[in-house]
Amino acid sequence: MSTTATEGTTARKWLLSYPTLMLGVFFVGPFGIMLAVSFFQRVESAFYKPAFVFSNYARLFSSLFLDNLAFSLYLGMLVAVISVSVAFPFTYLLSRMRMRTQTIWLVFLLSVLSLSEVIIAFSWSILLSRTAGVSNLLVWLGLMDHPVGLAPGFTAEVLGYCYLTLPYTVLMLYPSMSRLDPELTEAARTLGASPQRAFFNVVIPAMRQPIVASLILVFVFTLGVYLIPQILGNPEHWTLSVLITDQAVYQSNVPFAAALAVFLLLTSLALILLTFVLGARERIHTAS
Amino acid sequence: MTRTVRNLYFAAVAVFLASPIVVVLGVSLNAKKRLFFPPDGVSLRWYADMLTDAAWRGPIENSLIIATVAGLVATSIALPLAYVLWRHRLLYAKILYGLGIAPFMLPPVITAVGFMVFWAALGHYGQFENVVIAHGIFLVTLPLMTISLGLEALDREMLEAARTMGADEKTTFLTVVLPLVRPYIISGYAFTFVLSMNEYIIAYMVAGFTVETLPIKIFNALRYGYSPVMAAVAVMFVMIAILVFGLIGRFGNLPRLLGRWEPMDR
Amino acid sequence: MNADSHDALTLQGVSRHFGDVAAVSEVDLTVPRGKLVCFLGPSGCGKTTLLRLIAGLDMPTGGRIEFAGRDVTALPAHKRNLGMVFQSLALFPHLSVAENIAYSLRIRGQDKAAQRQRAEELLDLVRLPGVGDRHVSQLSGGQRQRVAIARALALEPELFLLDEPLSALDAKLREEMQVELKLLQQRVGVTTILVTHDQREAMTMADMVVVMRDGEVQQIGTPLEVYRDPANAFVAEFIGTSNLLQGEVVDDTSVRVDGHVLQAARLPAGAAAGTAVTVSVRPEDVHLYAGDEDGPNRLSGTVAFVRDVGQSVELYVDCGGTRITSHVQPRDKPDVHQGQTVTVELPPEACVVLKR
Repeated sequence: MSTTATEGTTARKWLLSYPTLMLGVFFVGPFGIMLAVSFFQRVESAFYKPAFVFSNYARLFSSLFLDNLAFSLYLGMLVAVISVSVAFPFTYLLSRMRMRTQTIWLVFLLSVLSLSEVIIAFSWSILLSRTAGVSNLLVWLGLMDHPVGLAPGFTAEVLGYCYLTLPYTVLMLYPSMSRLDPELTEAARTLGASPQRAFFNVVIPAMRQPIVASLILVFVFTLGVYLIPQILGNPEHWTLSVLITDQAVYQSNVPFAAALAVFLLLTSLALILLTFVLGARERIHTAS
Repeated sequence: MTRTVRNLYFAAVAVFLASPIVVVLGVSLNAKKRLFFPPDGVSLRWYADMLTDAAWRGPIENSLIIATVAGLVATSIALPLAYVLWRHRLLYAKILYGLGIAPFMLPPVITAVGFMVFWAALGHYGQFENVVIAHGIFLVTLPLMTISLGLEALDREMLEAARTMGADEKTTFLTVVLPLVRPYIISGYAFTFVLSMNEYIIAYMVAGFTVETLPIKIFNALRYGYSPVMAAVAVMFVMIAILVFGLIGRFGNLPRLLGRWEPMDR
Repeated sequence: MNADSHDALTLQGVSRHFGDVAAVSEVDLTVPRGKLVCFLGPSGCGKTTLLRLIAGLDMPTGGRIEFAGRDVTALPAHKRNLGMVFQSLALFPHLSVAENIAYSLRIRGQDKAAQRQRAEELLDLVRLPGVGDRHVSQLSGGQRQRVAIARALALEPELFLLDEPLSALDAKLREEMQVELKLLQQRVGVTTILVTHDQREAMTMADMVVVMRDGEVQQIGTPLEVYRDPANAFVAEFIGTSNLLQGEVVDDTSVRVDGHVLQAARLPAGAAAGTAVTVSVRPEDVHLYAGDEDGPNRLSGTVAFVRDVGQSVELYVDCGGTRITSHVQPRDKPDVHQGQTVTVELPPEACVVLKR
């Protein structure tokens, strides 16, 4: 026992030292400093000075923040519901297609998902523009009288968000959907259910937990969107991420930005942990 | 659902996802500078501009270097961590794994503010390497997950077979584990590369005023109105993503990488 | 010291505890050079754990392991000079057949030509010539089996260990491979330990069988000894099939079962009258007659079912509260039918009396 044990332990320590160093310095470091700065005092014409004040957190109750928060929550929930409603049947059908077809779709979805927000926002702003947008096509087809511009505007912003979240939602639902036993729906079919009924009576109840989890995670994902509201929305449609960046970079109020980031961090972590708890509970249910 | 309904549904999703790309492609090939529909004349001049204009070449080079090195940083952290966790299931390694997964699941603006105050506190704000390290840490999740998936797919009896044939841990790692997880390492690296190329807010907040990456350049240019070069850059991004993920899909097992469960695994 | 004077493998009081559970407890075993030993038992009996302890893939919590007189108890697997075939075969999918076989030579830095030559020799040995450049995935199940065996023998190991190596094969191929593997082992002369839960496999291949249950050795002996003279009811039932009758000792030569007194050739030493015992009678030793014929060691009963599978006939007879099974050759099949009254005879020399 002894020789292999010591040999293994030294190797392990040695192997883990580099990840520990990197994550310790560059992950724990920034988050720790950010937490500290959120209690610092802002200094005009400079950055900030060390202190221990709660004034930055007190500003979480200002209307500047609360209005912004309310809009961010509303937008996030709206987009999450749209994305999951569209992505759920899509993923169900996708996971039952030929492997080759699935791979091609996955390549496409990943490509869209990886696109920079700035590119997505830019593309949608052209697509919805008056001069080169989709409305010209409708005019050309005789469906509209004259082209209209939709960007910037709330509709454009929601469309941009959904474009970003739809591939994300599909990829989130994909693992659990592909694990769903095809025999489950086949059993329902042999009992006389139509494919639609089997989908509503068997697939949706069986996928309840992944649906709730993806609603939450898509919502968290929307909290991170930063450029789309600025390019496709009007200032009253700006979100928490925009507010944080604005405070940090343009208003030079780093302590307030840090407090906002800590608030966002705690909210997101709580929501993510909630999905894990839901997942664990579901596993216990299925196991018993 | 009948076949027709299914095909219509898939076509609608495909149109929704493809239309901005198609429009941008159209704009990028438009011979005139003015954005207009339908395009008048086809030309590749905006692509030539993108590659020759120093204002665009600098950001392209920056982004390529950052993505290349950030991918190396992320993969180099992920490989030993994923390996030790798989091999020994240590609690400590699990905690580190959690740290590696965490930043990616959170809104990136949090990591951005964190790194901004971090580099400011060190008096190192605005440097090129800030972006590299921040991307490497933020995206470490991707190689960590792909490599872990690859390791989980290995038959542990293969390691034991290597040991009974006289291989110590290091030899086993080099001759058995590494060759077999290499596709997953490459996939993880490729994911990191593509996402680093596209990342905006972290790059902007740790060095945005001094180091112009491609997404930052596009956004900056956008403030002064449209330019067809932007469309050319956007098309290039789409091409890189399709190329990278297409290669993974062609030579790797993309459905499995994305969590599809296969009965033969068990 | 002359290595030849030692047995190939010696285990002294080897144990492996996982917390409070003893997966292997206090095993003593000596394996002579060149023999093939089978560890036999139901799943969870500790046979695979014991094999892994011998391989050095797991470390014992107590006891001592010697290879040819050398203490290897603390030696890790990669320093033990073993060849092992795993249940999953564990062939390396990124290497060709020849590269798989030559793996142990490659990691010892032998040159390419020597590796290649040895791989070809071994492929000839396992009767699979010319497939060296193929990919493992291009081989059939039986061929992979042979490659795994060849790979384990590449360095002429001191001990050849096999962990249920044939379990993935279908029944017919398994039977063939058992004979082939045994012939190969005899030809190479390597000391071999085979783990199996298949008693037929053990009977076919083993020079010596180690029957295990709940981490403890139940009996060690040649296949015939274990079959003919099981040490206890568990062994009797696990090796082949057996009629197990509960009863008690009457005197030195007889036992009482279900009201009948049976003469038995051998009783456990020192069993006093009244001791509870189990009588084991192999089905092929049970004689069966039509009609009700009284006599010593005879019971009368009713035929419950006749299973005629062609190569043998199995008759199930209900005698009062006990069911007795009789196996006969087709040509000896008595003219009986379901529901008929018959007599079964349990010859005294076939009645093995076991302490409970």
